[in-house]
Amino acid sequence: MINEAPTNLWLMIIVLAISAYLLKMFGLVVLGSRQLPKVFDRCLGLIPAALLSALVLKDTFSVGQSLMVDARVGGFAVAVIAAWRRAPLIVVVVLAAGATAFLRAI
Amino acid sequence: MTELRRVVVSSLTLGGAVGIFALSFGVASVSAGASVWQTCALSLFVFTGASQFSAMSVVGAGGSMLAAYGGAVLLAARNLVYGLALSSSAKSMAGNLPRRLFAAHFVIDETTALALAQSSPRFRKVAFWTTGIGLFTFWNLGTLIGALAGTAIDPQKFGLDIAFPAAFIVMLVPHLRSKLGRQASALGGVLCLVSISFLPIGVPILIAALAVLVGVRNDQ
Repeated sequence: MINEAPTNLWLMIIVLAISAYLLKMFGLVVLGSRQLPKVFDRCLGLIPAALLSALVLKDTFSVGQSLMVDARVGGFAVAVIAAWRRAPLIVVVVLAAGATAFLRAI
Repeated sequence: MTELRRVVVSSLTLGGAVGIFALSFGVASVSAGASVWQTCALSLFVFTGASQFSAMSVVGAGGSMLAAYGGAVLLAARNLVYGLALSSSAKSMAGNLPRRLFAAHFVIDETTALALAQSSPRFRKVAFWTTGIGLFTFWNLGTLIGALAGTAIDPQKFGLDIAFPAAFIVMLVPHLRSKLGRQASALGGVLCLVSISFLPIGVPILIAALAVLVGVRNDQ
């Protein structure tokens, strides 16, 4: 599945680890209790909303660069319903995986 | 004393719940092509859930390392805001500079939420450290178990490739409570879907970040 050498994955992990730490550390230690502009604060807070929905759709409806509908859609639908009803993650994953595996098997 | 116990119990309960998330990260990460070591390194050293999931989701789809990194860093950016929110308590929670630098690794959603929920500096310190250390332990144990399990089975056969979107859905739900969150989420999804067929794999996730601009005009 990975089209690059595993060393590249190690490199990405290391750079990501350093970046993630610096972001945490900058807020806590360096910048102190300085206030970010309200707009900036709000936009940063919206990143998960924007990216997580993009990630959900990518993982459900695409393979590589092509859009496609397959067994994963069943799992997706089950996961949405379960998550909406506030089922714990383990239940969401088991139900969604079950639905996907079932659709694949028939 | 009972108050202290309540703080510790709620921190550890959260740690247990997070362990389940880590389990699914471990399975998903190895099924996306990472080794057990790489998967564990992500949880030990990146230690911010959404970023880890996002990075491996893009890698698994065949995206470039740069695209995987970009999305993950964007998701990690909010820890900067959490750090700022905790910074006025940093000295009372962690003490001298080396300790504060160590504490920084544990600045994530859960530690921030539980620490800021406490009224006294003493409880804030207890909440931060019990949540931080407890969560770190459960997160890494869960990752290891999940990664080992993921190498032992065929994730496709058990439908476990759905673990990525399922985890993303669970993480997304709380963000849909606000109108602005729903707008950003809808726009982010649309931007990703329309750009998927002509942009390199993983880049649509970065394009989706433009959706946060709905927060600019909404000045309440």
